[in-house]
Amino acid sequence: MSLEIKTSALKPVRSTFANLERRFGDKAASRYQEASYDLQPSANFHYRPIWQPQYELNDVRRTAIVMEDWYSLNDPRQYYYGSYVQVRAKMQETAESNYSFFEKRGLSRHLSDDVKAKLVRYLLPLRHVEHTANLNNVYASAYGYGTTVTQAFMYEGVDRLGIAQYLSRIGLILDGNSGTSLAEAKAYWMDDPVWQGVRAYCEGTLVVSDWFEVAVAQNIVFDNLLCDLYYSQLDQWLDENQAQDVGMLTEFMRIWYKDISRWLDSLLKSVVAESAENKAQIEDWITAWRGKAIEALRPVADEMLGAEAIEKSTLVLDARLQRAGLFK
Amino acid sequence: MSKVYIVLQDTDDARYIVAALEADNPAAGVDHQPAMIRVECEGELWLKRATVEENIGRDWDVRELQLSLISMAGNLDEDEDYFHLYWND
Repeated sequence: MSLEIKTSALKPVRSTFANLERRFGDKAASRYQEASYDLQPSANFHYRPIWQPQYELNDVRRTAIVMEDWYSLNDPRQYYYGSYVQVRAKMQETAESNYSFFEKRGLSRHLSDDVKAKLVRYLLPLRHVEHTANLNNVYASAYGYGTTVTQAFMYEGVDRLGIAQYLSRIGLILDGNSGTSLAEAKAYWMDDPVWQGVRAYCEGTLVVSDWFEVAVAQNIVFDNLLCDLYYSQLDQWLDENQAQDVGMLTEFMRIWYKDISRWLDSLLKSVVAESAENKAQIEDWITAWRGKAIEALRPVADEMLGAEAIEKSTLVLDARLQRAGLFK
Repeated sequence: MSKVYIVLQDTDDARYIVAALEADNPAAGVDHQPAMIRVECEGELWLKRATVEENIGRDWDVRELQLSLISMAGNLDEDEDYFHLYWND
């Protein structure tokens, strides 16, 4: 008896959800697409919110930016909840092992009192800045439009909370888990004239109602200046002052900055390329916030790194804006 | 001339690789079989790291291909930046 083995291919009736089929054609969709596109309700709302009766619950008119399709602003990193958590878990694992190595070997012993005082005065108050960044990003997530946009803001908000926690841990390492350095840093943040500009900038961004303007003021203008000052220039200063080990504790932020820059660059580029009105609007916002941010950070940067530091960061910011097609 | 081919598992990761193969080899034919995807092309096939990274949205190591690879035919030239299958004439 002969046995014949046959395979028969069963073609699935459909490859993916109908909304994705309309967007991308009838082919297998990625997890990112399935978990991101058209998730936010866009029609048939029952009531308008009583706190903002001029808008629907989800409304494109909450920002001056106009997009024909908000879902054209996708995230090049393709983060949906699952992939975001996986990537961050990996980053956190590395960061944790850096922190435990630093603590196990007691590397803070090698930091001079000058360096320690500098970290308490200039680095630790950043955790309050990160708290503002968390609020601003979650705000953009809450009032923004299009899940591909809002979910990325949500992840960014959570990142900032994590960074605030890492900064606090740097303080606890410096003061032997007593928390005194954090109290000291808070006092600098509240009362030291050097920080009042940054504090005022933070409070200023918290009361802006256009969510895209908040993102421009926070994520694009302020963060690019801040990250260059701290995670590249201060890092180099520490390296030159026998405190290079601190770099282990801020490595998470450097990796994170590289990661979010890909998303923010692509977001800005797409919005600017959409229309001349968008471009003009964003240039207006940047012109307004850029000057404020530079003035706010200048006293901190001058005292921390010297007079030319903020200029260097400004060049980094401007190069980034140029690449996105702005101010050309 | 004969065809080179590469067969990958039909997984989320492999779909980005297939998309990159399609982009870099306009002449390639893609055959979706049960649980696997076969890409074949006359003469040669290029898989470039840069194209996969563009599609997948993160850094990608060419050796990660092995996690999805089922089978292939052709002479292989593998580098940090590409995976090249070809037949000598």
